[in-house]
Amino acid sequence: MEPAAEPARGRWKFWLTTLLVFAVIGAAIFAPILRKRMTRAARLQQQSEEQARRELIQPVPINPSDPRVKAQLFWLSDADSSILAPVAVELPLSSDPVLRSKQVLNTLLAGPVDVGLRTLPPDAVLLAFYVLSDGTAIADFSEALATSIPSGIQSEQLAVDSMTHTLEANVPQLKRLKILIHGQEVETLGGHVDLTGTFAVNAGAGQSLANPATTPAPAKTGALVVPPLTVTFGTVKLTQR
Amino acid sequence: MLLDVGNSRLRFFAIGGIGLLVVGAAVMAFALETPSQTQQAPGASTLPPASTATAGQTAPAGAGSAPGSQTAPSGLNIVVLDPAHGGTDPGARGTGGIQESEITLEFAAQVRRGLEQQGLQVVETRQGNDNPSFDDRSAIANAQRGAVFISLHIASTGIPGTVRVYVNSDLPPVKTTNGFIPWDLAQAPFLGLSRKLGDLVQGMLTQQFKGSPDTAQTATIRQLRTTAAPAIAVEVSSVVVNNRADLDHMAPAVADAIARGVAAFKPLYAMATTSGALP
Repeated sequence: MEPAAEPARGRWKFWLTTLLVFAVIGAAIFAPILRKRMTRAARLQQQSEEQARRELIQPVPINPSDPRVKAQLFWLSDADSSILAPVAVELPLSSDPVLRSKQVLNTLLAGPVDVGLRTLPPDAVLLAFYVLSDGTAIADFSEALATSIPSGIQSEQLAVDSMTHTLEANVPQLKRLKILIHGQEVETLGGHVDLTGTFAVNAGAGQSLANPATTPAPAKTGALVVPPLTVTFGTVKLTQR
Repeated sequence: MLLDVGNSRLRFFAIGGIGLLVVGAAVMAFALETPSQTQQAPGASTLPPASTATAGQTAPAGAGSAPGSQTAPSGLNIVVLDPAHGGTDPGARGTGGIQESEITLEFAAQVRRGLEQQGLQVVETRQGNDNPSFDDRSAIANAQRGAVFISLHIASTGIPGTVRVYVNSDLPPVKTTNGFIPWDLAQAPFLGLSRKLGDLVQGMLTQQFKGSPDTAQTATIRQLRTTAAPAIAVEVSSVVVNNRADLDHMAPAVADAIARGVAAFKPLYAMATTSGALP
């Protein structure tokens, strides 16, 4: 061994040791942070999936003791498929606005006897429904609502109108409707109708419900209420069943 | 000598390794910090705060402050034609591979000729198979002075051979600030003129296509909301036709009706400009 090689090897060991120490310190600092964030992300995802599954598995409870009332549901008119028409359907409806809204929206999704008159895709599912204290209803649908709906201004507007008119006719407590797709706000329903804001519900009591798609009565035709909904979770009370 | 070379190499690798470690740590710290700033509170995933890429933006009121447009003559000069969809978004799809994005482009070419014959300048939001964003399309109209905006669509529903004109649903009134209006509500001051334009164009279309509505209808159309000009959407029914030629045959009459409708609208626009009705 040459004498000059000894100090060189010493420096080499020093640098290697320093490198390893840095690596260990770095791992010690970041590994717990990474693990914490991964655990949190996994928990959030699990909660979301569990919630969606629970909503899907558990049908909206129908209490036989609830009074049977003639609910008004809005599907396409038999005479003119470019407009909506109310259809009276006898249903046991809860007095609770959230349950009642779920019941009528699920009936709307199930469609009329004549499937050609339906306004919403048959594979769309109502995942969740909330009502904020200010009367804003949040309806969260599965992705099929956006992906299976026939593309077009007319078809998309009729879909939204069928929901707002049905809620308006049966759940007077609601003021606005916000539509989410799989828990997320989307820009449009199927490429045309704006979903970034809320739609007016019960905004003009006394107005005619007939021909909502063609009558220029903006407050009754799914008029968008902007600016888009903003919610501070620390201050807004949510109601979910 | 050989050992010296090896030693310097070792030193280089050691220093390089430490440098990489430091850089890696910085990148990790940044990557970890970024999601923490945007992470929502538990439970908020089902109700994210609404936000758009243009939140906070403004549009020039009446597009009057568009750079380079101060010398343009008053009145209606430009029509911004918007063939909807395109690129990865084919829009409505019908039998035989008919795609809305292709048909709207072909309709736009014919509408352009009709409008130019009326002495109007035409700007198109796309001329190829691309898909500008809603805001990019609106921005083209918002940068013009004396413009109207016409979005062309082919529906997947409706009675084949009919055409409907849509105007945006009511929007909250907005106040202009220093000549600017909020981008998200850019259409609000123009709704009255949009309805007049829509009724005129719908009237012309109904003369050509029986069974179409008599007046323009309202809908909450994303594309129109951010457009600071009289704006309408024209929707032709439909992609669900037995023969592509059925749609092709409609194009000249649609183009003619739109051109005549816009020409009839010109005096109303000039009147609104001179009376100060436009923001």
